Amino acid sequence: MLQLLADGLILGSIVALGAVGLSFTFSIFRFSNFSHGELLAWGAYLALVINTFMTKTVQGLQTPIQPFSFGWNFVISMPLAAAATALLALFLDAILFRRLRKQGSITLVIASFGASLVLRNLLQYWQGGVPQYYSQNLQLAMNVVPRSFHGGLRFTPDQLLVVGLTLLIVTGLHAFLRYSVLGRAMRATALNPDLARVTGIDPEKVFRAAWVISAVLATIAGMFVGITAQLRPSMGSELLLPLFAAVIVGGIGFGISSLWGAVIGAVGIGLAESAAVNLIGSAYRASTAFAIVILVLIVKPDGLFGERT
Amino acid sequence: MALASALAYVTFFLVFVAIFSIINLGLNLQWGFTGLFNVGVAGFVAIGAYTSALLTTPKAPDRMAGFGLPVAAGMVAAVLFTGFVGFLAGALTLRLRKDYLAITTFGVAVVIQALAHNFVSLTGGPFGVQFIPKPMQSWLGTGLQWNLAYLAFSLILLASMYVALEKLVHSPWGRVLRAIRQDEDAASSIGKNVTLFRLQSFIAGSMLMGLGGALYAHFLGFIAPEDFLPILTFQLWAMLIVGGSGSNQGAVLGALVVWGFWSASGAMLRSWIPQAEQARAAALQVAFIGFLIAATLVIRPRGLLGHLQALPQKTKNRE
Repeated sequence: MLQLLADGLILGSIVALGAVGLSFTFSIFRFSNFSHGELLAWGAYLALVINTFMTKTVQGLQTPIQPFSFGWNFVISMPLAAAATALLALFLDAILFRRLRKQGSITLVIASFGASLVLRNLLQYWQGGVPQYYSQNLQLAMNVVPRSFHGGLRFTPDQLLVVGLTLLIVTGLHAFLRYSVLGRAMRATALNPDLARVTGIDPEKVFRAAWVISAVLATIAGMFVGITAQLRPSMGSELLLPLFAAVIVGGIGFGISSLWGAVIGAVGIGLAESAAVNLIGSAYRASTAFAIVILVLIVKPDGLFGERT
Repeated sequence: MALASALAYVTFFLVFVAIFSIINLGLNLQWGFTGLFNVGVAGFVAIGAYTSALLTTPKAPDRMAGFGLPVAAGMVAAVLFTGFVGFLAGALTLRLRKDYLAITTFGVAVVIQALAHNFVSLTGGPFGVQFIPKPMQSWLGTGLQWNLAYLAFSLILLASMYVALEKLVHSPWGRVLRAIRQDEDAASSIGKNVTLFRLQSFIAGSMLMGLGGALYAHFLGFIAPEDFLPILTFQLWAMLIVGGSGSNQGAVLGALVVWGFWSASGAMLRSWIPQAEQARAAALQVAFIGFLIAATLVIRPRGLLGHLQALPQKTKNRE
């Protein structure tokens, strides 16, 4: 029983990083970015390519850092892949979203829908459909809670790292939004773009920051999928519904409460999915997020921490 | 002989164009005239296809469905049931932010795909539904003659739907839809129930998608979950955007152009690219559909035949 909690927490952490990025673009650009899942996938695959390249050129980098399954190449590839994914997001904005910004949010949604198809299939063309892994090393799970107590709780070191790093990153974002000039400018723009512009905030700078942050978070989330499961070109689109569900549960909005709202929503989705897999099997796993969306829309359409829209 | 096979191919191609046109008219009603973004078109088409298929196939001992009803009854039920699902999705989300409808319809498609795949006792699972009756086959046989008759039937349906929609969008009802699309607040200030009009439009659009699905099922006689993958949604959106949203002619022209392009590129792929590389190259073919959507939005937002006034007006962050 307890193990369900662990699985839910791991999935929840991954969904959280994606959902926070999605809610950033949601509230700054005011549209649902259907191509956000593809940023996760591209981030993860770019890291894989950098990883493989480093393993070939520098000896010993792939030796696992105890107790984790990955070596320094994985650690080094993270910022590089994140930077590359951020460039990809900025490029997409420059050739597509920026040109349509004046046409209203739903046109942007359609554009992102088209972009997601392009990105996913270019990835499929480039990397093929066979699942790939960062590392072939197997890890033994550690007992966090002994098996005698409700079936016990086991984590691999990698999984613990995923949960811990996610918590650290979200706390960092909290501080960024609360104290930094850029973070406050972003909050102001999300609340009232016209007023923010009048007070001298450069909207383009805020837009760039929103793409960069959400792409970086997407890369980390994608790499987490890679170390806890596997890399597949469809990994992003399969996570899209849970990401949206987490944002809707948490409540659309921008700021510290909806940041944590998205995280709580994500962990809720993670727990619900792991419970659903246990109860009714993995066949309907993807439908869990949908059921939660419907439930929230019926009961509390503004989400747990959302502003009234 | 070559002439006969060419005729068979053209017939086959045109039946698909007619079916996609009907679905596309529904999508155009939802998006082009009402501004409702449906990301789960494939799911709605699947509902129509499966409803009609399950009602009309002969009884089978290992499955729950199979009622052996006449094809016409199956098609009517498909239209009604798809409309009902549209009602549920619309009633739940149309009062809320526009994006919520998009996310919900996306979810509908995901759930339908999961059901089609996993609810084996009803849907046949990955193997799908076989032996879907083809109407009037006892008269016309199975050959070209039947295909031609089915083409005529689909074209008659398409023509009547087209005429009905043209009448509808130029009726007072259609004018209210356009008014809502232009300025929601103004429309509601003169006493129009905006949500109700949107809901009616969404349901009618869903019904057309269901009809398209049923036509598809009875034409092929066999359906499986992979007939209704997200790529179908993308293809239909490409048809609408390229043809021009807000124009019924555009919806039909888009279906012809994009399906023609898709079929031609598929044929080129099969004949020019070595077998081993075909799966990879198919990804590029799909990517191009997405590129077509995005590029049309940027370069020619009206599509080939769209009306500018039907495009969404700039809303000042009112969402």
